[in-house]
Amino acid sequence: MATAALEIVRQSATSGGVVGALAPKDDFQVVKLIDTSKCIGCKACQSACLEWNDLREDVGVNVGVYDNPHDLTENSWTLMRFTEWENAESGKLEWLIRKDGCMHCADPGCLKACPSPGAIVQYSNGIVDFNHDACIGCGYCIKGCPFNIPRISKANEKAYKCTLCVDRVSVGQGPACAKACPTHAISFGTTVEMKTLADQRIADLKSRGFRNAGLYNPPGVGGTHVMYVLHHNDQPEAYAGLPYNPRISPVVELWKGATKYAGFAIMGLAAIAGLVHHTVMGANRVSDRDETEGERIKEGGK
Amino acid sequence: MAIDPQTLEKHAVSRYSTGARVNHWITAISLILLALSGLALFHPWLFWLTALFGGGSSARALHPWIGVILFFSFAGLFFRFVSLNIWNRDDTEWMKNIGDVVKGREEKLPELGKYNAGQKLVFWGMSLLIVALISSGVVIWDKYFDHLTGVDQKRWAQLFHAWLAVGAITIWIVHVYAAIWVRGTIRAMTRGSVTAGWAFRHHRKWLREEAKKPADIAPKA
Ligand code: HEM
Ligand code: SF4
Ligand code: SF4
Repeated sequence: MATAALEIVRQSATSGGVVGALAPKDDFQVVKLIDTSKCIGCKACQSACLEWNDLREDVGVNVGVYDNPHDLTENSWTLMRFTEWENAESGKLEWLIRKDGCMHCADPGCLKACPSPGAIVQYSNGIVDFNHDACIGCGYCIKGCPFNIPRISKANEKAYKCTLCVDRVSVGQGPACAKACPTHAISFGTTVEMKTLADQRIADLKSRGFRNAGLYNPPGVGGTHVMYVLHHNDQPEAYAGLPYNPRISPVVELWKGATKYAGFAIMGLAAIAGLVHHTVMGANRVSDRDETEGERIKEGGK
Repeated sequence: MAIDPQTLEKHAVSRYSTGARVNHWITAISLILLALSGLALFHPWLFWLTALFGGGSSARALHPWIGVILFFSFAGLFFRFVSLNIWNRDDTEWMKNIGDVVKGREEKLPELGKYNAGQKLVFWGMSLLIVALISSGVVIWDKYFDHLTGVDQKRWAQLFHAWLAVGAITIWIVHVYAAIWVRGTIRAMTRGSVTAGWAFRHHRKWLREEAKKPADIAPKA
């Protein structure tokens, strides 16, 4: 797993974008599985993330909710989002807690939107990472992302998000958040291992009455390398707006797709039309007769 | 036999004041820099253009500021020239005979004032596009205006901005080509004057009006 992990298979703004193939799913692709049914909202993972990545968050203000900070920031790459949700079926109030952060999409919108070659890379193990040397701070990745994840740093105007601890994973360690979680709500392993684990958890949840328990691994973005076990997989929006069927916005697809080809075609045709016109018609020159007639009018008026 | 340069200069017709020309060149340079820094982000093939601006980050950061310069500079041109760019019957006639225009058969066209319909279309096209470009540009200028819009609005603004830029660059190509094709035009923007023959051939009505003015009157715009 270790050596395969650092092979780049896709990078932003590079012809075709694909420079290699993802490793075989079963053995080499990694998944972080977040089990919302086990999470107690202690934020140990948030602390571990700051700690491992040597980040500091500003001291915030309390606005009456548990979310702290109030949103992802360039320093907080993961955030516990708390929702008080009324279960319409049972009439009970449920406290849903979701660890938000980059989903490491198999088809990453951030990478597709990024204009800077190599600023966003996808490794063969599925991790999507930002390369800050190449990042120019344009914020296109934010527009490309269906999960609203990347943030631009006010300090250096570069984009930041969860790296899935690629530096730890590449030497055979699990992510810092998974290591810190006291309830084992965060697990890390190969795709196959994590799907098996998820199946067990889902079976357990179903046996305890959560009929719609399931695995959140949205096909609209080709699946993700961060997956959730949700007690209410039929209503992911209940978990602080986790999208039901996320996909790269069609507006972004149009911008990064047809617009580029049509745009070049239109500008190119205008230039070619000029060349052809000049070749066929020759220059539009002023004749001597024009000059004499012009002089006559000009001087005649005096 | 060609007419000697001294004679041409003696009868040259003044077309643009120094102020108008400086205004025009600031606009032209900003537009070119905007096209280069914008196209650098438009497609990876052109990302190397960022080197002209000291790298990707500075190209990205400079672009909107150049846009602000363009906006105000173009506003100057707009108010200078707007009254000369009102559409009239000659323009409709000219457009109907666009075939003769491209064939350079100007004798078949109506006599024209200071601007022909093509120039007027460039003027109005650029006016609309630049207003739309700065509007969409501000929406995606995250450093200062991030908080004003949501991500979906930014996505649309980004798409529009790209299309509007294609439009502006295309009009720019047409504008520059026309200035090259119609020989003797560029000196209007370098030296401020054109030969009497150029004025006679392309803008005869304007030449007649200019001829009526006392010789020492500089052009208004
Ligand atoms: C008038 C004021 C303008 C403003 C405020 C503005 C602002 C912006 C901003 C903020 C971006 C995103 C990249 C960055 O942050 O630099 C951008 C991209 C771009 N701009 Fe502008 N711009 C303006 C005018 C123009 C003009 C006149 C052109 C073309 C001649 C142009 C062409 C482009 C292009 C091609 C892109 C890249 C679009 C893409 O990536 O698909 N812009 N502009
Ligand atoms: S901000 Fe950086 S990572 Fe994001 S799209 Fe721009 S260059 Fe790429
Ligand atoms: S969640 Fe957003 S930032 Fe993360 S890989 Fe997907 S598109 Fe990129």
